[in-house]
Amino acid sequence: MAKNDLLGASLWDAYSNKVTTLMNNPNHQGEITEAEAETHGNKLIVADFGAESCGDAVRLYWEVDPKTDIIVNSKFKSFGCGTAIASSDIMTELCIGKKVQEAVKITNIDVEFALRDSPEIPAVPPQKMHCSVMAYDVIKKAASLYLGVDSESFEEEIIVCECARVSLRTLQEVIRLNDLTTIEQITDYTKAGGFCKSCIKPGGHEKREYYLVDILADTRREMDEEKMKAAADAGSGGSFEAMTLVQKIKAIDAVVDENVRQFLIMDGGNMEVIDVKTSDEYIDVYIRYLGACNGCASSATGTLYAIEATLKEKLSKKIRVLPI
Amino acid sequence: MQVYLDNNATTMVDPLVVQEMMPFFSDMYGNPNSLHKFGTASHPAISKAIDQVYKALNASDSDDIVFTSCATESNNWVLKSIFRDYVVNGDKNHIITTEVEHPSVYAACKALEEDGVKVTYLPVNSQGIVESHIVRSFITDKTALVSIMWASNETGMINPIKEIGEICKEKGVLFHTDAVQAVGKIPVDLQDVHVDFLSMSAHKFHGPKGIGALYIKNSQKLSPLLNGGEHMGGRRSGTLNVPYIVAMGKAIELATTNIEEKMASIKAKRDRLEDALLELSDTFVVGDREHRTPNTILISIKGVEGEGMLWDLNNGQIGASTGSACASEDLQANTVMLAIGADNELAHTGIRLSLSRFTTDGEIDYTITHFKKSVARLRAISSSFAKVGPTLGGEAKECELHFH
Repeated sequence: MAKNDLLGASLWDAYSNKVTTLMNNPNHQGEITEAEAETHGNKLIVADFGAESCGDAVRLYWEVDPKTDIIVNSKFKSFGCGTAIASSDIMTELCIGKKVQEAVKITNIDVEFALRDSPEIPAVPPQKMHCSVMAYDVIKKAASLYLGVDSESFEEEIIVCECARVSLRTLQEVIRLNDLTTIEQITDYTKAGGFCKSCIKPGGHEKREYYLVDILADTRREMDEEKMKAAADAGSGGSFEAMTLVQKIKAIDAVVDENVRQFLIMDGGNMEVIDVKTSDEYIDVYIRYLGACNGCASSATGTLYAIEATLKEKLSKKIRVLPI
Repeated sequence: MQVYLDNNATTMVDPLVVQEMMPFFSDMYGNPNSLHKFGTASHPAISKAIDQVYKALNASDSDDIVFTSCATESNNWVLKSIFRDYVVNGDKNHIITTEVEHPSVYAACKALEEDGVKVTYLPVNSQGIVESHIVRSFITDKTALVSIMWASNETGMINPIKEIGEICKEKGVLFHTDAVQAVGKIPVDLQDVHVDFLSMSAHKFHGPKGIGALYIKNSQKLSPLLNGGEHMGGRRSGTLNVPYIVAMGKAIELATTNIEEKMASIKAKRDRLEDALLELSDTFVVGDREHRTPNTILISIKGVEGEGMLWDLNNGQIGASTGSACASEDLQANTVMLAIGADNELAHTGIRLSLSRFTTDGEIDYTITHFKKSVARLRAISSSFAKVGPTLGGEAKECELHFH
């Protein structure tokens, strides 16, 4: 939130002139019939994506020359808002003249780019990026029908955010490398989740297989586990300061058992470790005296120094022993 | 010609109202709390405005009608102070409202849920109406408040406020109604119905934006939302917005004088428009006319997406509204549409047309022509009306709509 967000942007003012023009007068709106395609000796492919109940639906028509696999003509029908109609129109334009194998490489980002008036300024506001994704999906579907393969096979990676085409692997890497902890940070770093927002969490515009909230939580959990494992490894390697809290307490107990406790017991006393607190400067070991040690004059002086000196020598110079 | 048919969103300020408020900007600009003559000069006009509001709603002198900045403030005031007075400092923990409330009630309830209040969101029937027996069945001895809108902004459907009021009275539960879409559109008689709190907003009945009010029956307990200089008898602090209070008084008087006559005139135009639009195939209007505010039409047009339709209407200089998810910032399907929708399609094909007493017959004629032209153009593009079907295997899957 800042000054520019105080007045919500006017949705339609953010559309490029191309979007406006094509919405008002789409060039490739219409249908191609089986008979037409046959007359030209071509194959007709018709693919649907979306549904009226979802808010947008598109039907893509391709007339493909079976000898060359070239899309010689393309039309569309669309149930959708202005940007959906404009995206569909530019999509058909991008398909015409391409081989099916080439057309399938057209992404929603290409569609949006083709709708721009100038290369630097987006053609649609962020929440409308989603409309161009439909174009991408329906092309894949048409290509899969023509080539007789599964449309999933065109996708090499798992795409989490379709609007910005950000893959699962990219997201995991960016979270790790930059130690990201919030969804806002993920959007800032990758643009994922910055458009239609469906991929952020369940309950958005459409159902997704992966959500940013889960990816963030899972990756953070993996990072924590790795950190813990690294600490455990470092601890068993002998580095006291790298140990986890539990490892530290165990190590302290072990040193006390071996070097201190026997002398305390001989005098009818004992001690126990209560807590360990680590700061940059010190590792504070809180202990409690038991039996005769409790109230013994030396417990605050000589005995205490002996315990601290032993722990310092065996474990870390940063240790301070504090009786409570 | 340009036609404004979005009067449920806001209305034109009646020029007579503007005329009434003008002297209180640069002539009588004193603070009414001041002792000097500059301050007291506006007192007669404020008293008159208060009288106009009380008379328009048939409120009794023992009731409070407190001016606020808007209905959002009035709604938040009721919900948050009921929470404070009866949940935090009382033994209640439950609020009953509906799935179709305006965000100023719905979102405030969601916020209270985070503070630990249990909130029941009642469903509506296929007409978009909350049935009073359902309200009764959810009231418990822990219920602090029932908050149900008088009429819906989206559909215009009128809830049985009199019956619900009686139920609340009988059960001893406080009753609030957001009457933003009722005041000035249909008769609101506070002697006839039992409501404890009622919110209203001037800009919905040809007054200015930035002024509303909250009615509080019998001046009962409700801790203030705004603390400060003890204005409005200590109920709502903040220097009195004199020109706007004067304007609200005038606006409510103009809207409610001979309201039956005004309603009949608006309804005649609305019905003519509705009849004409229903001549289009594959269309339907939500809710029967008798239970609907006389100015509202929510029409679904198969195969025509709401925002696309708004775009074409706008190109024809017609301002309307849509409940379409696509037109909203977050693309969420509209909860009101989903709550009433026997069919999910309505959430994306609904167009709301809302008239005012200033709408003319000429404007209705123009709208009918242009509306039909827009539907024809968009249906020609629409995949829903395409003739050549998909290649085998090329059919789309139906999607799942989410109800948040």
